[in-house]
Amino acid sequence: MHNTIIYLDNNATTMVAPEVLEAMLPFFTRRYGNPSSMHDFGGDVEHDVEKARNQVARMLGAEYDYEIVFTSGATESDNMAILGTLQYYRDKKHIITTKVEHPAVLNLCRQLEREGYSVTYVPVDREGNLDVDFLFDSVSDDTAIVSVMYANNETGVLFPVETIGAFCKQRGITFHIDAVQAIGKIPVDVNALQCDLLAISGHKFHAPKGIGVLYVRRGTRLRPLLYGGHQEKARRPGTHNVPGIVGIGTAADLVMKHLSNSEEVANVKRLRDRLENGLLSQLSNAHLNGNKNKRVDNTTNVGFEFIEGEAILLYLNEKGIAASSGSACSSGSLEPSHVLRAMGVPFTSAHGSIRFSLSRYTTEDEIQYTLQVMPEVVNRLLAISPYWDARNKKGKSMTQLAH
Amino acid sequence: MWEYTDKVKELYTNPKNVGEISDADVVVEVGSIVCGDALTLYLKLDGDIIVDAKFKTFGCGSAIASSSALTEMIKGKTIEEASMITNKDIVDFLGGLPDQKMHCSVMGQEALEKAIKKIKGETIEDEHEDEGAVICQCFGVTENVIRRVIRENNLTTVEDVTNYTKAGGACGSCIPKIEDILKEELASVVAQPAATTMKPMSNIKRMQLVEETIHNVIRPVLMRDGGDIDLVDIEGKKVYVALRGHCAHCVVSDVTMKNLVEDTLKEFVENDIEVIEVK
Repeated sequence: MHNTIIYLDNNATTMVAPEVLEAMLPFFTRRYGNPSSMHDFGGDVEHDVEKARNQVARMLGAEYDYEIVFTSGATESDNMAILGTLQYYRDKKHIITTKVEHPAVLNLCRQLEREGYSVTYVPVDREGNLDVDFLFDSVSDDTAIVSVMYANNETGVLFPVETIGAFCKQRGITFHIDAVQAIGKIPVDVNALQCDLLAISGHKFHAPKGIGVLYVRRGTRLRPLLYGGHQEKARRPGTHNVPGIVGIGTAADLVMKHLSNSEEVANVKRLRDRLENGLLSQLSNAHLNGNKNKRVDNTTNVGFEFIEGEAILLYLNEKGIAASSGSACSSGSLEPSHVLRAMGVPFTSAHGSIRFSLSRYTTEDEIQYTLQVMPEVVNRLLAISPYWDARNKKGKSMTQLAH
Repeated sequence: MWEYTDKVKELYTNPKNVGEISDADVVVEVGSIVCGDALTLYLKLDGDIIVDAKFKTFGCGSAIASSSALTEMIKGKTIEEASMITNKDIVDFLGGLPDQKMHCSVMGQEALEKAIKKIKGETIEDEHEDEGAVICQCFGVTENVIRRVIRENNLTTVEDVTNYTKAGGACGSCIPKIEDILKEELASVVAQPAATTMKPMSNIKRMQLVEETIHNVIRPVLMRDGGDIDLVDIEGKKVYVALRGHCAHCVVSDVTMKNLVEDTLKEFVENDIEVIEVK
């Protein structure tokens, strides 16, 4: 293992920003009071919780601070949004979501199907774009909620959530957005999106793990998942995770600072494009997965034909580079990622897909080094691959291999 | 992140015997790019001795390591010796594989088996015909492969079968069929010891059964935890064994002796077997 890690897996999790850590530390030591207590030692902490709520509300463009509900993370936020809505509209038994959602939504929907709900999974095309007309056509009087992600975690492809938001508003259907992969990368404004609910997770934008938010628009009908104390207006009981809340508030401030710094924003895109173009031009078996233009700036998903993703990751790991793969082997399942399969990426390259996800902390040198290492790794694996014709430097024909 | 052994890491980082043999006597392919792993095995023979073995693999780290291990293991062996190698031997050579990666070792064994059939001139025009009905359509896994792997590795659950053969790992529609096969195989395993305890046993028969049980049932369980067992001696109904590897230093080795070794031998051989540990 290398001493310094080149971390290109920021869609999985991110480094806690130094400012965030700094802001959190006093709440572990000097200021450990419970914000719900009837003494200043605890009560003062409540001001910090409310300050963080305001910071997050500003980042999301929320009208009222109390529309921000702190949770343990996006899995809880997604579950709370969908289950809480279904609990309220008990006579409605239909859910609309997409085929490429995060497991936090997808596996919940599968469970709800077993409980008697019907779920429409909206498909995507070869570039990962959502079939919005299919979504519109699926709506019925029985539809309780539409839940769609803003940006896909594997490809970075953006969905037209604004259009869907306007449609749902007009039809009076609750609309939930899983904005986990969009936040911090593009401006997210709940009023422009016209959503009722929106989930984010702290650790995807340089806050710690274990803190998330569900935005709940004023007037949205929602039952709580948990029952207990009065915290979060009893919408989410449980003693506040004060350090996490302070952390996500500080991280929200940093997001606003980052997104208003056009030079910094452009730099992430420039480095991503440099990496992507470098890989695609140097390696003949490489091609891009996902819509090149409609996606977040930090993500690239490149498929390498004839070689397998976990092996690529292991070789990269030896070189101190951390990335991620949609291959079957790396996830412990036997099939490649549901996202790539929904896009119809052929299995011949889906198994060899690698996702690089950058952050505002990624440097030029790191991309330079990765561009040096990748061809070496890919060529080493091609040399082992039975599907690669080394003499002619091309893949063997698939008909020749099919049996 | 997978917990790969140092041997696995060594063999995927610097795999041995990668490549093709231009004048190979046998070339076989197993797996496919669609399934996510595939192996092409090249063998060069001198008489009935495998003088060279090379491979090319499409697959993850453990698939590369398993292929490399296989070629290392068979080089210099006679065809007869090589034909005794099972997927478990490949796993042992690697010092273990994560449960979900066992199918990589099975792929190695399949390639070897196919190669040996080819050498012996047995027809393998339609391997699926030859191996019984295809149970898992997604990964093309046949009934015979599933039955063999269940027997050789003492598998007991559908999850085990999926880990070892991939069968049932995609759409899952064949899981009921796998459950049926498992039930049949487990029933036949249970039936065996019952039959043998009915009649008085000869010393030779007893020794043979003790050896088989240790090899097929007890050792695989111990190996999962990094241990092993040696059969030292058999004297009437007294069986002398020594625990090796992790088991030897394990604080619960007495429990292992009593619960696992003695109880298993009682179940599979005779119910008045006594096990004595030799340190």
